[in-house]
Amino acid sequence: MSDTHAESVAFVRETAIPPALPPATVSGPVKWMRDNLFPTWANGLLTVAALYIIYLILSSSLPWLLGGIWNAESLAQCREILQGNSAACFAVLSERWNQLLFGFKYPPELYWRPTLAFVLLFIAAAPVLFFDLPRKLLIFTGIYPFLAYWLIWGGTILTPLIALLGVVVGYLVFNRFVKGSFAAGMFGGVAAALVVWILGGMVFSGADLFSLRSVSSRDLGGFMLNMMLGITCVSLSVPIGIALALGRQSDLPIVKYICVVFIEFIRGVPLITLLFVASVMLSYFFPPERTVDLFLRVVIMITMFSSAYIAEVIRGGLAALPKGQYEAADSLGLDYPQAMRLIILPQALKISIPGIVNIAVGLFKDTTLVSVITLFDIVGMIRGPILASTDWNGVYWELFMFASVLFFIVCYSISQYSQWLERRLATDHR
Amino acid sequence: MTEAVEMKVSDEIAISIQNMNKWYGTFHVLRDIDLTVYRGERIVICGPSGSGKSTLIRCINALEEHQKGRIEVDGTMLSSDIKNIDKIRREVGMVFQHFNLFPHLTILENCTLAPIWVRKIPKKTAEETAMHFLKKVKIPEQADKYPGQLSGGQQQRVAIARSLCMRPRIMLFDEPTSALDPEMIKEVLDTMIELAEEGMTMLCVTHEMGFARQVANRVIFMDEGQIVEQNEPEEFFKNPKSPRTKLFLSQILGH
Ligand SMILES: Nc1ncnc2c1ncn2[C@@H]1O[C@H](COP(=O)(O)OP(=O)(O)OP(=O)(O)O)[C@@H](O)[C@H]1O
Ligand SMILES: [Mg+2]
Repeated sequence: MSDTHAESVAFVRETAIPPALPPATVSGPVKWMRDNLFPTWANGLLTVAALYIIYLILSSSLPWLLGGIWNAESLAQCREILQGNSAACFAVLSERWNQLLFGFKYPPELYWRPTLAFVLLFIAAAPVLFFDLPRKLLIFTGIYPFLAYWLIWGGTILTPLIALLGVVVGYLVFNRFVKGSFAAGMFGGVAAALVVWILGGMVFSGADLFSLRSVSSRDLGGFMLNMMLGITCVSLSVPIGIALALGRQSDLPIVKYICVVFIEFIRGVPLITLLFVASVMLSYFFPPERTVDLFLRVVIMITMFSSAYIAEVIRGGLAALPKGQYEAADSLGLDYPQAMRLIILPQALKISIPGIVNIAVGLFKDTTLVSVITLFDIVGMIRGPILASTDWNGVYWELFMFASVLFFIVCYSISQYSQWLERRLATDHR
Repeated sequence: MTEAVEMKVSDEIAISIQNMNKWYGTFHVLRDIDLTVYRGERIVICGPSGSGKSTLIRCINALEEHQKGRIEVDGTMLSSDIKNIDKIRREVGMVFQHFNLFPHLTILENCTLAPIWVRKIPKKTAEETAMHFLKKVKIPEQADKYPGQLSGGQQQRVAIARSLCMRPRIMLFDEPTSALDPEMIKEVLDTMIELAEEGMTMLCVTHEMGFARQVANRVIFMDEGQIVEQNEPEEFFKNPKSPRTKLFLSQILGH
């Protein structure tokens, strides 16, 4: 510096300048407002306009919301109470609360069963979502689907027990043979599970142990149905999506083309047509006495649909990994399942989290489409039994707002969780 | 840097490559490669870009498949048999130009992963071994960090430690220093020199001629997919026989 300013006089500071507070105009709320709300004339105008719009919205909606009526028997009674004022009639929510949550056919004295299943869901999901928790909790996660099935549908406990037993035996057989070859393990496992299921079904048919009153799938409804479909389909479609994505990369042409055709076909078809296939067409293929449960058919269709999308998202994640990761894993002697499980998938899935969450959220909201095939999920309930009743004909805003709030809470939680997960998994320190 | 490493070459054959050929599609990358590596030998492979050096050493641990000829590593024939390939990969360590550490695992986990899953060593023992080798490459204090938090030279030393944790009998290096800044090259080369002094069988693709002079028993020059010349380092650098070697050496040593 000094050689470019050769003429500047040499200088040494001898007294230090004490630190002082900045003037009020460069810090504090005044400064903040000046910087953020009124930096220029144009921005100041925009701020004023925005404030005015917010005022308009709030001044019309707040009284409507806050003045809402919570206690009334019908819309007519609501109007009577309001005497011409405009305000919400939330009474429909309190009066039809159970119907909105459980549907109109689920026996009210059994509401505790799905509620218990819902509470247990948090315990079952915790070790999957928060992997710092002790791994032993995963045992409960494994049992949960069978327990929840028993609670919600009722019937003898032998059904879910045999199902669970089949899965466990299948897994053990798979583990035993997978060392030889993956295909042997897979077929052995599936065969063993089938044997257990069929034998169990024959031995215990008609047996009646720990029987809960059974409820048919047709009687499920309300937000409960949306939650059940959403959770079942998301948890099934992630592993299936992974399998499809890996299959699409496979060296075996048959596996590869089956996966490609499946993905491309499913992605090319609207979900609603698949749902119609589930509700109408499938019953043509099965003899009437052996028809597959409608809930199961819908789960299969939604799962196929979202797993095809998830597979494509994961394929993107796999493609984003440098080839060196595969080579390093190979050179260390890891075999294919190990390399995938320990090296490739953890990284690929991490990259795919936003995409997977996007699809999960979309899937969850798409569960309302089942109202079109005469299932009474929350939207089906609102459009059908509630709005059609003479009491509540015409209460659109309140009902649909309530449904939106429920969906928003769930979807926003999913989104917050995924952001936490991404931060938690960030190890690349870029 | 001038004292020569003590020569300690046995008669035991570590790698034997006979009449090996490889094609990428119709492109003939490796042509009639014959190479015998004895246990404890340190071989440096050099040659112009695209001459097939990487391809050659990647064939040895089956990262690339060869189409003709035979490769035998530690007495195991390399074929399409998965069992043999896995066996060879357990015995052969590899260090890459771009380190290829696993970014989602800590340094320690990078080093213990393969011993635990492939060699089925208990976690505790694997961690002790890993710390031993991390000490050896002089970064034990980084064990709990992630690869992204380390400098290039440190990452490459971790990569070397990671391979050593599998207790390989042969180490392959593919231009281990060419992605590094000059001041980091030395720390990696020092690690490799130490390894050589302990008698590890090493095949190293590198253009670090100082390293070749100091450590190698044999320098191999490749061009257009063929081994053009091989010799002791002294002779190789002083009296290159083939005109292509002369040209190559004048280009990399000349300036
Ligand atoms: N996967 C591939 N498919 C087709 N050609 C390839 C492939 N990999 C390498 N090649 C070609 O094979 C030749 C040898 O490549 P190789 O990587 O072995 O060279 P190299 O001697 O290691 O070069 P460098 O010093 O640049 O690393 C090159 O001409 C390259 O273009
Ligand atoms: Mg190369």
